[in-house]
Amino acid sequence: MAKIKLRPKARKGIISVKALIKHPMETGLRKVRGKLVPAHHIQHMVVSHNNNVVIDADIGSAVSRDPYFKFKVPGKKGDMIELKYKDNLGKTGSKTAKSK
Amino acid sequence: MERRLFLKSAMVASSVATAIGAGLLTPSAVFAQKAKFKTLSDTTKSNAASASTGSFKFKAPQIAENGAVVPMEVDASKIDNVSNISLLVHNNQTPLAASFNLSGAIGFVSVRVKMAQTSKIDALVSANGSITKVSKEVKVTIGGCGG
Repeated sequence: MAKIKLRPKARKGIISVKALIKHPMETGLRKVRGKLVPAHHIQHMVVSHNNNVVIDADIGSAVSRDPYFKFKVPGKKGDMIELKYKDNLGKTGSKTAKSK
Repeated sequence: MERRLFLKSAMVASSVATAIGAGLLTPSAVFAQKAKFKTLSDTTKSNAASASTGSFKFKAPQIAENGAVVPMEVDASKIDNVSNISLLVHNNQTPLAASFNLSGAIGFVSVRVKMAQTSKIDALVSANGSITKVSKEVKVTIGGCGG
């Protein structure tokens, strides 16, 4: 359901990974017309490079809506980058991209 | 309008209920995760209090016009073996915004965070067993008048 954009780009032995995840990231504290909007945010995210986990992140509700991340991983063109996330409702999303 | 809102919330509630029913989501597991994050936040905060100033770059705007989206960048690519990068927004309800455990990746993270109000922000980098921090004050202006 959720859309993920993943753009790994290799340059001089370093892959810059740009990731944009479409996600509401509700904190559970915001109110709309006096009613609390239930919390819905990403809690855990894993980025792997050629099936090796390189980043394992705990994400709080303080990360903005439709979170955008940028990482750097040593690697070369053609390497596989995979991003997986899990939110507090147990929903998961993943995306794999080949480095350019 | 009232009815629409009711329908919407009823739909959300029912989808959550089905998730619980299907065993995908046990309430205790959710609370456990939340509590875990809170303790992580607390330990990071106490680590921040005792950390010395580090020699890495931390980019954040001086004035953020919109507290919902504040871009931040931690660049510790000069430091080897970075194992963790954390961001603490002191005036948020849960100060820890995000904590990245790096294994093999270069110490560089860029992320956009939400801020409730003007606050001090600590970027923490742990490498080779020691934790260092760089602090910045970010002003959040509501109304965008630069006040």
